[in-house]
This record gives sequence, structure tokens and C-alpha cells, in this order.
Amino acid sequence: MVRAYFDNNASSPLMPEVLEAMRPTLEGAHGNASSIHQRGQAAKAALEQARANVAKLIGADASEIVFTSGGTESNNLAIRGIVGEWRASHPSATALPHLITSRIEHHSVLNVFEELERLGHPVTYLRAASDGRIEPAELQLALRPDTGLVSIMMANNETGVLQPVAEFAAMARAAKVKFHTDAIQAVAKVPIDVKALGCDLLSLSGHKFHACPGVGALYVRRGVRIQAMLYGGRHERERRAGSENLPGIVSLGAAARLDLADNARLAQLRDRIEQTILASVPRTGVAGAGQPRVPNTTDIYFDGIEGEALVIALDLHGFCVSTGAACTSGAVEPSHVLLAMGYPRARARASLRFSLGHQNTADEIDALLAILPELVQTQRRLVLPDAAPTLARLA
Amino acid sequence: MIAVAMSGGVDSSTVAAMLHAEGDDVVGLTMQLWNQRRLAGAPGMGERRSGRCCSLDDVHDARRVAETLGIPYYVVNFEDRFEQDVVRPFAAAYAAGRTPVPCSLCNTAVKFDQLLATARQIGADKIATGHYARVSHNPQTGVHELRRGLDDSKDQTFFLWGLTQEQLSRALFPLGGLTKAAVRARAAGYGLQVADKPDSHEICFVPGNDYTAFLDAYAAEQGAPSTPTAGEMVSTDGRVLGTHPGVQHFTVGQRKGLGVTAPNPLYVLQTDAATRRVVVGADSDLMRRELAASACHWIAGAPPAAPIRVTARIRHRHRPAAAWAEPLPNTRLRVTFDAPQRAITPGQSVVLYQDDLVLGGAWID
Repeated sequence: MVRAYFDNNASSPLMPEVLEAMRPTLEGAHGNASSIHQRGQAAKAALEQARANVAKLIGADASEIVFTSGGTESNNLAIRGIVGEWRASHPSATALPHLITSRIEHHSVLNVFEELERLGHPVTYLRAASDGRIEPAELQLALRPDTGLVSIMMANNETGVLQPVAEFAAMARAAKVKFHTDAIQAVAKVPIDVKALGCDLLSLSGHKFHACPGVGALYVRRGVRIQAMLYGGRHERERRAGSENLPGIVSLGAAARLDLADNARLAQLRDRIEQTILASVPRTGVAGAGQPRVPNTTDIYFDGIEGEALVIALDLHGFCVSTGAACTSGAVEPSHVLLAMGYPRARARASLRFSLGHQNTADEIDALLAILPELVQTQRRLVLPDAAPTLARLA
Repeated sequence: MIAVAMSGGVDSSTVAAMLHAEGDDVVGLTMQLWNQRRLAGAPGMGERRSGRCCSLDDVHDARRVAETLGIPYYVVNFEDRFEQDVVRPFAAAYAAGRTPVPCSLCNTAVKFDQLLATARQIGADKIATGHYARVSHNPQTGVHELRRGLDDSKDQTFFLWGLTQEQLSRALFPLGGLTKAAVRARAAGYGLQVADKPDSHEICFVPGNDYTAFLDAYAAEQGAPSTPTAGEMVSTDGRVLGTHPGVQHFTVGQRKGLGVTAPNPLYVLQTDAATRRVVVGADSDLMRRELAASACHWIAGAPPAAPIRVTARIRHRHRPAAAWAEPLPNTRLRVTFDAPQRAITPGQSVVLYQDDLVLGGAWID
């Protein structure tokens, strides 16, 4: 009985026109893009059409697009690809290059850097300000003569705050340091032109903008060399071995052509959620309010509630939203992003993320806003007083 | 709506199935209480996550049961609360030479407190668990009464004496009138995959029930200064019989692993954290008629005005023994048994009954 799905930053539904574009690839009209025969040629044509569409979406050349299995692989390939290439070209080096990222990255970036740190790379994790932004001055301070890579996200998955990535890229370029941006939550939400941006690598993921899960891409600027992570066939210009996931790639190409003008409507719906909640529910606030943000995302704290309980209550009413990060069991841990922004633990736990997609309607927003203030009020009444623990009663 | 506390075991799974079959609106909740990876790799703690509590296998089982029944199901994260109200007091009790009952703390402070609060926040007005106990409302007195489960071998009221009237008014124990065998038969009847799953008897967050390894690993993680706990093993007349590796390794009544030899079997009579001495003696020295206890809780509310006749239980498997219970000032309690009882242990609970009715309980000093 899902009445509305507001968790599009986790995974957004396949749009009908995307599904239509995929259909022939699922119904067996295509062979392997590496084959000589006509079926194979049809696959190759579909693959290259998708590549052209994705390239166009971000202002790249088609030859600069590497298809991957998704955002996590794109981020891994970018970071480990650059570091691996450096190692391969410096076989006798005694010191490993310094790396820079931020504390608010997605775990598919953060955990790669933590692993590289374990392997001996010095890593600097830039702080975020309380408004969710990473200050360019922080990067300037962190750059060192031995820095080999900077990776900073374009839009944060939880707050939607857009980072001054062009400034970061310019600083990195001036220091002759490679720059990667995880743009997974920004692509198709804000206009992107990799040439104007000046980045060397950019990650994107299909199911964050209405293509299917299991497909993504990495933009690798012409002339930038990366080491492949998978060994096998000579696919993707020897940067990513393995038969192409044609249905997924075609869906990515189709989603890359969705009408971006609809983002203005999403921004209005998002603003309506924020304005209504802030006006009708006391002790609430928006993460990164006032900062440039992607149009579809808002992270609102409701002080005095347990976000986990509010998400469950909303789900039981048919509304899908999210809070924090799910651990393996499915339980929720407070968001490392909000904690890095200086949120107290209780506020981080009291924060909900609403992320919209093009399928969402004004009626759905109205239905949500019709019950949310009352749910918050009820829950606040039932929340336990700040644990001056039961122990006092017991021992 | 009723929230069922689902552990992934046969008991709570059967509760969910029974309530669902009766037409109740049911939501399943599993508490994530402890991260098993936290102390993994420490000596004696196994290389990777181990132990039962919140293991992915149990969550998987609970989730599958919920899917089979077609009920909504969620995992809720109470790790902070569990550490504060169960794990830390557990460690502190052992450090003080006591033998704690973490399940009682968990029931009172987490399951029927935080979980009940969450259940109410999401729209449930009752919480059901797989405990073998019975709760009923007495219309004459207006009191919510707690009674022993009908299956005496499974009765779990030893762990539930801390519940308040408010908590009991919202508690459902659907298994209280069933035997374990009947529960397993029902689980099979409902087609639950967990019908044959073995019972768990260990402390859920302590892998392999090796609580001393857990205590060491937890203390190390907390950066606690390692205060020596090793000391002398002495007889009742003060003779030093040997040394021991730490008071936390011993509990009153323990016979195995004392590391001293004597013509007659020796038992731990007392552990003293201050002097780090473990006093050992004969089995007969373990017998006591009286105990003092603190933080006494009376389920009906007020303590009785005068000493009352009860049967009192001093550990989970102990058969309640006839006694006088005398309420003292400041929620203290004195229990005087008709006949001496073996191994009354500080840190354990004493739970008071009249027939199958649970009157309340306290922590043994």
C-alpha cells in the first residue's frame, strides 16, 4: 500500500520511457556487443548510442565514458584506478602519495580511502562546515607537494548540498593533482559540464536518476590514465573488462535523456515540504538551508523524536523516507554526514531525508503533509525522557 | 496494533503467528542491541562476529517469519541504550565481585522501556513477547498481575520482576499458558521455518558464554585502567590456600576451576573485590537462611505494611522456597527462609511469589 515513495536518493524507480527503451534488450533482440554478426552489431549500436547520451548529459566526449556496474564501482575505479596507475608508473617509489577526500563522502568513497590509508597512503579528510559545505580554503590548506588525488563529492546524498567543485578542481589543477568528483547524487539534477568543471574523473549511477540498478559510469578525461580493476576482455577501452550489461546501459542512456526541466517542479515540491514543516512543526530545521542544493533533496530534523520510529510510522502509513545509514541487520545508525556537520547525536538521529523523483506528484506531497505534523506531535509525546537511566530505579 | 518483539527464535516467532492468526494487526520489531564485530579479534572473543545477540542469522530468521506471515517488520537500533543500561552495569557488577542478571536489566530498561516506547510511537498500544509468563488485570484491585508461566520448566518470571504497572498494562505474553512442546507444535503448524531451531541459553551478547573474555575485551576497549583483580584464595579461617587470576572469574557456589586441592570438595563462598580475596569452604558453608536485598520493586505498587509469607527464588533455576519477606526503609528488603538455602549470590535477584503470583523482587546485596 505504498502511497508515495520519497526515497529516490536511495533508489529511484524506472521511468516508463526508460523501461520502453530497455525492452528490446530484454526480449532478446541483441547479442554480445563484441560479436561480428548483426545481432552483435545491434548491441554495439545500442551501447554506443547510450554512451553518446550519457556523454552529452555531462558535456563529455563519448570516448571518455566507461560503463560500470554502478556508483560504488565507479568510485572504486576512479580512486583505485588513479592510485594503481601511480604505483605502476613509480615501481621503485618508497613513499606513497598523499590523498585528500572529505568526511561527508559516501561510504563507496570513504571506505576506499580508509583501505588505502591502511595500505600506507597518508589521507586527509576535509571537514564540513555546519551548513554542510566544504570550504575551498580547507582544500588549499590540505594540498601538499606529494598529494596525488583529491576526491570530493558534488552533491551530498543526505543533505543535497552542492559543493564548490569547480573551485576544488581549479585548485587541484593548479597543484597538478588529479581531481575526482562523486556526482552520483547530482547528475540529472543539476546541469553538469565536465569541461567547464575541470574535473579529471566523475562518477554517476543509473538508479539514482530513474535508470535501473546495477549500472553506472565513470567519466575519465581524455589523457588521464587509470589502472583497470578487473582483468578479462578488452571492453571499455581496456578500462573495465566484462561483457557489457546492455539492458542496464541502455536504461542509463534513456534516463540521460529525461527532461531536466521537471527538476524545477521537484524543487517547488521540496520547498513546499520544507515551508509547511517549518511553519507548522516547532523545533525543526533543514540541513544546509540557504546553501545551493540539488532540487530533489531535503533533510529535516525534528528535535525530540527518534528518526527510526518516525520512518517506521510513515512506512506503516504508506510513505517511504529514510533516516541515517542502514547497517547490515537493517537497523539504523546516525548519519556520519550530519555528525560531521556538527549535529549532536540526538539531532542526527531525529533527522529524516525526503528525496523526490520525477514520478512524485503534488497530491503525494499533500498526503504526506496531511499526516506528518500530527505523527511528530504524537511521537514527541511518547518519547522517553532523556535517559537518566532506569538504573536509578533498579540499583 | 500490537508490536511483537521478534528475536528470530521459535518463541517470539510463534507469538507473531498466533496474534496474526487471531486477526490482530501485528508489526514485528527486532532490537539491534550489540554490535558483535565490536570486540571481535580480542583474546577469547573469536576472530569475527560471533555470539547470538543480534546475529545476522537471527535477524534473517525473524525477517523470514514476518515475510511468511505477511506482517510489516523492522529492525530498531538500541545499541546505545543497551550498552548504557545493560552492558556497563553488567561489567561493573562483576568488577564489584557480584554476579549480575543482565536479562532482568534488559527487560526492565530496554525491552519494556525503549522498545515499548518505540512501539507506541509507531502506533502500537501493546507489546507482545515470547516470555513464559502470564499477565492479567484484576478488576477487583485494579492491579495488573504477573504470574508464572504454566510450563514450570520454562517459567521466565525470574527476569520480569522489575516491570511496572504501566509496563504490564501494555504487555502480552501469549505463551504463558503453553508448554514449550506445544509452542514448537504450533510453530510447525503455522509452517514457521524456526519450529526446530534450538533454544538459546547463553547471555546473548557474550559469545560462547565466556563472560570473563568478554569483560576483559570490553574493559580494554573502554580504555579502563587495568586494576588488578587477581588475589588470594583463602579458607573460612583465613588460611591462604593459593592464588587466583581474578575475582570476576568466580561466583558463589562455584566448584570447578578453583585451582586448589583439598581433601574435601571446595566451593566459592564469597568474592571480595576490595581485598581481591576469594573465600572457599565446604558445601555446608554455602547454606544461609537470610539475605538482604536492595531496590525492591513491588509489582502491585506499595510494599506490604508488615512481613509477609512468600516463596522466594534466588536464581533462575531455583525452586521457590518458603520464607518471610520483610520490607525495610529505602526500598530495602530482608528475606528469611524457613530452611537454609544454598549459594545465595550477591548481584542476583530475589523474586517473591505467592503461589504463581509474582509479588516483586530485589537485587541481593
